[in-house]
Amino acid sequence: MNRRLFLQRITSFLLALGVPAGLLGAKRAAASAKHEKGSDKPWYGMTVDVDKCIGCARCMDACKTENDVPREPFYFRTWVERYIITRDNEVEIQSIGTLTNPASEAVTEKEILRSFFVPKLCNQCAHPPCVQVCPVGATFQTEDGVVLVDDERCIGCRYCIQACPYGARYLHPEKNVADKCTFCYHRISKGLLPACVEVCPTQTRVFGDTRSQASPLTRTRHMSKIHVLKPHLNTEPKVYYANLDGEVK
Amino acid sequence: MTPEMAERLAELAKQVQGYIYPNDIDVHWSILIVVYPYLTGLVAGAFILASLVKVFNVKEVQPTYRLALLTALAFLLIAPMPLVLHLGHPYRGYEVLITPNPTSAMAMFGFVYAWYLMAVLLLEVWFAYRKDLILWARQEHGVMKWIHRGLALFSNDISPAAIEFDRKAMKVITIVGIPSAFLLHGYVGFIFGSIKANPWWSSVLMPIVFLFSAIVSGIALVILLYMVVVPLRGGTIDMKCLEKMCAFLFYAVIVDFSLEFLDFIHRLYESEESIKILSELVLNKLVISLLVMQVLLGMLAPLGIMVSIKLFNLNDELKRLLYFVSVLLIQLGIFSTRWNVVIGGQMFSKSLTGLTTYKMELAGIEGLLMSIALLILPFFVLAVLMKILPPWDTPSTTALEPKVAA
Repeated sequence: MNRRLFLQRITSFLLALGVPAGLLGAKRAAASAKHEKGSDKPWYGMTVDVDKCIGCARCMDACKTENDVPREPFYFRTWVERYIITRDNEVEIQSIGTLTNPASEAVTEKEILRSFFVPKLCNQCAHPPCVQVCPVGATFQTEDGVVLVDDERCIGCRYCIQACPYGARYLHPEKNVADKCTFCYHRISKGLLPACVEVCPTQTRVFGDTRSQASPLTRTRHMSKIHVLKPHLNTEPKVYYANLDGEVK
Repeated sequence: MTPEMAERLAELAKQVQGYIYPNDIDVHWSILIVVYPYLTGLVAGAFILASLVKVFNVKEVQPTYRLALLTALAFLLIAPMPLVLHLGHPYRGYEVLITPNPTSAMAMFGFVYAWYLMAVLLLEVWFAYRKDLILWARQEHGVMKWIHRGLALFSNDISPAAIEFDRKAMKVITIVGIPSAFLLHGYVGFIFGSIKANPWWSSVLMPIVFLFSAIVSGIALVILLYMVVVPLRGGTIDMKCLEKMCAFLFYAVIVDFSLEFLDFIHRLYESEESIKILSELVLNKLVISLLVMQVLLGMLAPLGIMVSIKLFNLNDELKRLLYFVSVLLIQLGIFSTRWNVVIGGQMFSKSLTGLTTYKMELAGIEGLLMSIALLILPFFVLAVLMKILPPWDTPSTTALEPKVAA
C-alpha cells in the first residue's frame, strides 16, 4: 500500500466515522434547542418553599388517590421528610407516614435546634439520567419538560430506578413497570394543577411554566433563595427549593 | 400487591438503619443480576484463555483450547436467561433488540451479545471443528453423521489449502475476539460504572475491574473443568498445561487484586461525601461477603496457596489438589465480587444516610433455587456440546487424519 492509498483510506474511514457522529450531534443540538428560551412550548417546573411546609402530608395522600399509587407505605410518588437538627448538630431524618422511618420521640423539644419539613418528588430533571439509561425508550421527556413512563413499553428492567439519584422511582407492584411523579400530566395538560399543589394548605408547592415571565412560579423563583437537590450530578432539576437547609440530602 | 410482598417489605422496614428514601427499601436487582455478570465473566475469561493458544502461541495450553471455547459457548447461551427472567415484563424483552434507546448502555446488550455469539464464538468454534466434523461424518452412520455433516454446513474440503484457511480464519477471529470479549464484559461493568447516582458503582475502573475478574473466573473455570473431565474420561492431567494455566491465573489474580485495591485506596483517599455510608455498608452489611469471602478466601488464600506451590517442592498429586482448591476458592471469590457489586450497591439508600437489607427468596423466579439452576444449566449445555463436539482428539480423527501438517 503506498502513501497516497493509505491516506485515501484513512480519510474515507474517518469520514465514515464522522457522518453518523455528526448526525448524532445534530440530533442532540436539536434536542437542546427545544430547551432554549423563546420556545412557545411551556417548560414545566415546581418550587417548594421549605419554610412553608407544615408536614401535614395531604400532598402524599392526594397523590396516592389521584394517581392510583399503591396505598402500602413502600411506594411514593411524593413524600415529606422531617429534619430535626439538635443542639449538638446531630441530624435526625424521618419520612412522614412511612414504615421505613417511623417518627421517633427520642429527641426532646429542648434538644432541638431547628426542625423543618422537606417535600420530595421526581425532580423532573432537564438532563434526566433515567431517560438516558432506559433501554427501550419507555421513559421519555415530553416537549414541555415532563419525564414520563410509557406503561405499555416499559419492560420492568429497573435500570431507571437505579439511575435516579433522588429515589423518586419504584416498581409498581401490580403493573410491574417503573412508576414516578408525572406532575399529574393528565391534569396539567387540561390546565389544572398537580394534585399535590392543589391540596397544599400553605402553598408550599408552586407549579408553573418556567418560561413564563408572569407566573407565580417565576415570581417565587425571583423572590427566594433557590437551590436544587444534588446539583453536582448535573441533572438540572426543575423542582426548585426555596430556603433549603444544607443538611437536606 | 400480594400480602406476602407487603409482609416481606414490612419485615425489611424493621431492619432499616438510618434514614432511607422510602422507595429505596427494596433491592431491585436481585440475585439473578448477580448471576448474569458472573456468567458473562466466565464466557469472556474462557475465551481469553482460548486465545492464548491461537494468538499468543502458548503451546502448553493447547489441550484446553477447544474445552475453553465450548465452555464460553455454553455459558454464553445461558447468560441472557437471568436477565430475561428478572424483567417485570419478560415477553417485552425483545424490545431491547428491535427498538433500542441509543443512549442506554443496557440497550447495547443485543448488539454486543449478537456480535459475540455470531461473529466470534460460533465462527471460531466452526472453524476449530470443521475438519473434524467432516472426518467424523465420513465414518459415522445414522443421526450423528447427519448432525456432524449439518454442523460442518455440508462442507467437505479437507485439502491442505482449506485447513490452512481454517487456521488463518481462527487466528483472525481470535484477534477480533479478544477486544470483543473485553467489550462483552467491559460493557457489563459499564452498566454499573456509569450510574452517577450510585457512588458504590460509579467508577471509571468498574469495566476494567469487571474484565480482570472475568479473566480470573474464566481461566479458573476451565482449569476446574479440565481437572474434572480429563480424569473422568480416564485420561491424565497434563501437568505442564495445568501449571501454565495456573501461572496465567496467578498473574490475572494479582492484576485483579491490584485494581480493586487501587479502587479502594482511591475512594478512601478522596473521601468524598459517600465515604461514610460506604464504610458503614462494608462494615455492617458486607463483612462476610466482601472481607471474608471475596478478599480473604477468594483472593488472598488462593494467592497464598499458589505461592506455596512455587516455593515448596511438592509432588504432582499434592499440587493438583492445591490447584483444585485454589480454583474453587477463586470461583467463590468472584461470585462474591459480583454479589458485592450488585447487591452491595443497593443496600444503601441514595439519601446516603441509611442502609436497607436484602432478603433473598428461596423459591420464586428471583430466588436462590432459580439462581442455582441457572448456574448449573450451563454445565448441562456444555455436556451436550462435548457429546456432539468432543473437545479432545478422538482416535478416529487421528487415524483418519490425512497428512496435512506440511
